[in-house]
Amino acid sequence: MSPIAPLRAQAETEAARFPALLARAEHLAGTVLLGEHGRKRSGMGDDFWQYRPVQAGDELRHIDWRRSAKSDGQFLRQREWQIAQSVTLWVDGAASMRFSSDDAVPEKSDRARLLALAMAILLNRGGERVGLSGANLPPRRGEAQVERISMALMHEDSADYGAPETTGMLSHGRGIFLSDFLGELDPVKKALTSAADRGVRGVLYQILDPAEESFPYRGRTIFESVGGTLAHETLKASELRDRYLARLATRKDELQALCTATGWQYGLHHTSQSAQSAVLWLYNAIDGEHHR
Amino acid sequence: MTLGAIGFTTPWLLAALLVLPILWIILRAVPPAPIRRRFPGVALLLGLKDDDTVSDRTPWWLLLLRMLAVAAAIVALAGPILNPRQTAETQDSGPLLIVLDASWASARDWPAKSELLDAMLAEAGRDARPVGMMRLSNAEPPVFQAAEAWRSRLSGMAPSAWAASETTMTDAANMLGSDGFETRWLSDGLDRTGRDVFLQALEDRGPVTVYESPVPIIALKPAIVEDGDIRITGLRAVAGTPRAVQVEAHGRDPSGISRVLADLTLQFQPGDLEATGLLSLPSELRARLTRFEIAGQRHAGAVTLTDDSLKRREVALIAGREDREGLELLSPLHYLEQALEPTADILEGSLLDILPANPDVVVLADVATLSVAEEEALLDWANEGGMLLRFAGPRLAASDVSRSSESPLLPVRLRAGGRTVGGAMSWGEPKQLAPFSENSPFFGLTPSPDITVSAQVMAQPDPTLSERVIAQLSDGTPLVTRKRIGAGQVVLFHITANAEWSTLPLSGVFVQMLERLAVSSTLALPDLSELQGTTWQPVQVLNGFGALNDAGTLPGVDGENFLQDPLGPELRPGIYEGPDRRLALNVLDTETVLQPATWPADVPVLGLERAPETPLGGWLLAAALALLMADIVASLALSGRLIPARATLSAILLTVMLAPQSADAQSDLTAEEKTLLAASEVVLGHILTGDPQLDQTAQAGLRGLGETLYFRTSVEPDTPVGIDLETDELSVYALLYWPITPNQPIPSAEAYAKLNTYLRTGGMILFDTRDANVAGFGASSPNGQKLQRLAASLDVPPLEPIPQDHVLTRTFYLLQDFPGRHTGRGVWVEAAPPDAEQVEGMPFRNLNDNVTPVVIGGNDWAAAWATDASGNSMFPVGRGFAGERQRELAYRFGVNLVMHVLTGNYKSDQVHVPALLDRLGQ
Repeated sequence: MSPIAPLRAQAETEAARFPALLARAEHLAGTVLLGEHGRKRSGMGDDFWQYRPVQAGDELRHIDWRRSAKSDGQFLRQREWQIAQSVTLWVDGAASMRFSSDDAVPEKSDRARLLALAMAILLNRGGERVGLSGANLPPRRGEAQVERISMALMHEDSADYGAPETTGMLSHGRGIFLSDFLGELDPVKKALTSAADRGVRGVLYQILDPAEESFPYRGRTIFESVGGTLAHETLKASELRDRYLARLATRKDELQALCTATGWQYGLHHTSQSAQSAVLWLYNAIDGEHHR
Repeated sequence: MTLGAIGFTTPWLLAALLVLPILWIILRAVPPAPIRRRFPGVALLLGLKDDDTVSDRTPWWLLLLRMLAVAAAIVALAGPILNPRQTAETQDSGPLLIVLDASWASARDWPAKSELLDAMLAEAGRDARPVGMMRLSNAEPPVFQAAEAWRSRLSGMAPSAWAASETTMTDAANMLGSDGFETRWLSDGLDRTGRDVFLQALEDRGPVTVYESPVPIIALKPAIVEDGDIRITGLRAVAGTPRAVQVEAHGRDPSGISRVLADLTLQFQPGDLEATGLLSLPSELRARLTRFEIAGQRHAGAVTLTDDSLKRREVALIAGREDREGLELLSPLHYLEQALEPTADILEGSLLDILPANPDVVVLADVATLSVAEEEALLDWANEGGMLLRFAGPRLAASDVSRSSESPLLPVRLRAGGRTVGGAMSWGEPKQLAPFSENSPFFGLTPSPDITVSAQVMAQPDPTLSERVIAQLSDGTPLVTRKRIGAGQVVLFHITANAEWSTLPLSGVFVQMLERLAVSSTLALPDLSELQGTTWQPVQVLNGFGALNDAGTLPGVDGENFLQDPLGPELRPGIYEGPDRRLALNVLDTETVLQPATWPADVPVLGLERAPETPLGGWLLAAALALLMADIVASLALSGRLIPARATLSAILLTVMLAPQSADAQSDLTAEEKTLLAASEVVLGHILTGDPQLDQTAQAGLRGLGETLYFRTSVEPDTPVGIDLETDELSVYALLYWPITPNQPIPSAEAYAKLNTYLRTGGMILFDTRDANVAGFGASSPNGQKLQRLAASLDVPPLEPIPQDHVLTRTFYLLQDFPGRHTGRGVWVEAAPPDAEQVEGMPFRNLNDNVTPVVIGGNDWAAAWATDASGNSMFPVGRGFAGERQRELAYRFGVNLVMHVLTGNYKSDQVHVPALLDRLGQ
């Protein structure tokens, strides 16, 4: 059998997953009602904002004659100022994300992709430009971009823990980082600082499995990372629980502190919770950025 | 090697127990294996140290668990046996002879003896010893064969109602042959002559061990009538502590069902072998007694049968002329009253008033003419066994009765006027009685020479006269004549009943003659002379357990043997019918003394309780396995692999599965609600047996049958109902299914009355012994025996195996077999009338016009029909497709049965089709 055949089969499987992910993301995005990001002031845009009396310095061609004919004064018709944002997503594709503690709970990577794609769809509908860092997808608009993003999300990394990438992030754009942030903290710190330097603000969204929060293990156990590079043996797993949870809390605090320092927002999501609430939270977080 | 009550077959294996401490040390050092888990958070764990290092050793309790498991396995393999063979039974090879007394005294402990026997045979089978069996009460030369062959015949063995006599003992000793063998003797604990000879013969051939129950036997002597009361005497073999026994008097109640009519407590005083008690019963009750029985003894010696001797005869006295006041001695009935008063109930009144009371004897003293109605009534009564006793007198002598032709109510023709001898106006001396001839019932009595007869009526010489004379005077003239009328008889004394014509009524011989004629019956046993030449036919015989069975085709017994011979296979205890009366022959007679058996000192005597040899290896292995299972769980728990939620869930599931089934909802219904429910629909009923599983199966079976009926026919039965015979109304059920278990209670008399009404009014009961073994009518299986006992009081018509053309074979489906879960062929239904004949060209006979009231079989139909609530079959039937076919046939049988109950012989009417076609005009 030629080496093409398994590749082809693999590709088919992957391709089969893609519309499903897209459909789920579409479905998820459909639950959020939104308009374009109106700036609540007059400016460039399509939507009517207000009529105002003509002042000195206004060009005559801007006068709305139909409105002015109804009264003695002359009026201008102003449009609402609308501006498109550039949002760059980064989704951790590392091995640590491919973990779920229970059949009933989706893998973290699955949830992260779903959230990323749903956000992409939402933002696209909202008229923003969406891109994917680390995959050479600069922010663009349109359905095609959503498809490109969903294709790019299928990429899986073999490394154990992922590091955020800031390549392709536009200055003063927005960024969304989705990961479990259980690996080294330094790359995260570096990425955030470099992003903040470029005036990019955004959301650091930590996605954790419920088992990672509760550590329900007992007895003699060898813990291995999903990639298999790290291992730790214990004789009484239950004794480790408190210390592990303390470390996890420290990690969360560090991330929070990092975010505060760089002006980002920190969010935490568990795969056992509903994806919809996560999308709403994410959307509000990004949307809120517009109004700052 | 033995340790207390436990022996080992391979004790050296126990040495392996020494390895245990080494194993302990090895196992202790090996911690439980770790689990590998994928966990992304491992990055956060790096560098965390365990607090203590102790738990890398296996905990002591887990070690103990494993040690116990290994130890149990080692001990199990060493072959431990609980209660290994006793030392008294020395041999375990060579032929073994088992001797059973098998007498009535063995019956009480028969279950224990069978068990012991079974254990011995099983053991002998394991040791491959040939076994011979010898029943002393029915001795045959012992045949040595494989123990298994005997074992299969064990259930058919029963003790006899008699014991071995001296001759049978001697015979048995001669049958033993010359080869040596070990003997085990299951004794009944009673001594009898001839035992020593037999024991010696056994000891010559090998060691002897005796097994007998230490509980002494209690028996009952025949009941005697004493001053109108019944004297009951109990007997015991060993005089010991005081003891009270309950004696039950069984008899028939007015509806004919046997039950306990009275009871009496006999108190054995310390040191006494006998205890007596008096039972005073009204004569009505006394006449109905059939036997006395010591409660709870269950052997033939504890039963004493009653015969006619206990009954007080009812004698009607009717005189031809009114009593004259003050002249009692001249009254025609005075002497009769005196003679009969102590032993019989005397009825007085007019003939037509008395006859409906069915007296045993009617005495007509000097009654000449009877009205036509009286004569007919008397004839009918005599035909059915009545005894008419007539006395002559002046009126009879003067009348024309039986003058020219013989009157049906007189044994002979009479000459006119009679005769007087030795009076003032006649010649000759008064005549004396001639000695009684051999065929006379009075044979053996000696008439005193003082008895004279001075007047009598004379018989006409007829061809039949000589055979009718049973007593005559010294000159040869008949004094007493007798004639049979149907089952009864008429006896004429040719003299008066008072002392007018003779002195006979004044004498003791007169009373004895009345006794012999069974006018008054106080005699206990007839004497030998009376029995000579007679034959006594057994009517009912006792079995060893004290139950009365039909004698069937047992041959009659000669009168001489009847009195003299010891009881044996030819002369079984029971009720015998002779020429005139019935006699009871009991196991014990009035002189019997029970003597406990004494054995020589060198013969070991063991009890019947022999703890069976129980191999414990299997149990220990099972225990080891269980411990290992526990070890699995414990290890899982220790290493954290046991997920608590799942463990709890499976534990709950296990509990639910093992929990007993919830009680039947219908048992909550009251009897009235049940009746209402059953009356408003067609409802099938099953008799509650008290065995919950069987009742559930019956319920499920009828439910399955009901569903089948619902789908296939227009019969739409409601939910079947379990029926308590004591409380529920039966008439509303079309069909009762009655599964038999050996343990179900016998219904009360009221319940039987209800059942009989139900059967007579068109109900049907399907009896199911569920053992596929009814072809031999079930005598050998416990279920079959139970069925016989249950059905004994039922009004069941004669039965026959279901004929090929029975209407049951075609009420809905055409069937030839009636399988259930078994495929036994013996299904019994009411027998066809004897005049049913096959008509040429007809497929079947014109059979009885009724629904058969019972169907008896053993195919466990309910199990084949049974479905659960969702309609799935509950029990497998047969194998594969053939099995499903069998189940289908079982359903078809059920459908046919219900159709038969509901439509009767409708399908049988097809025999009339040709006649109908003919009548239609072709």
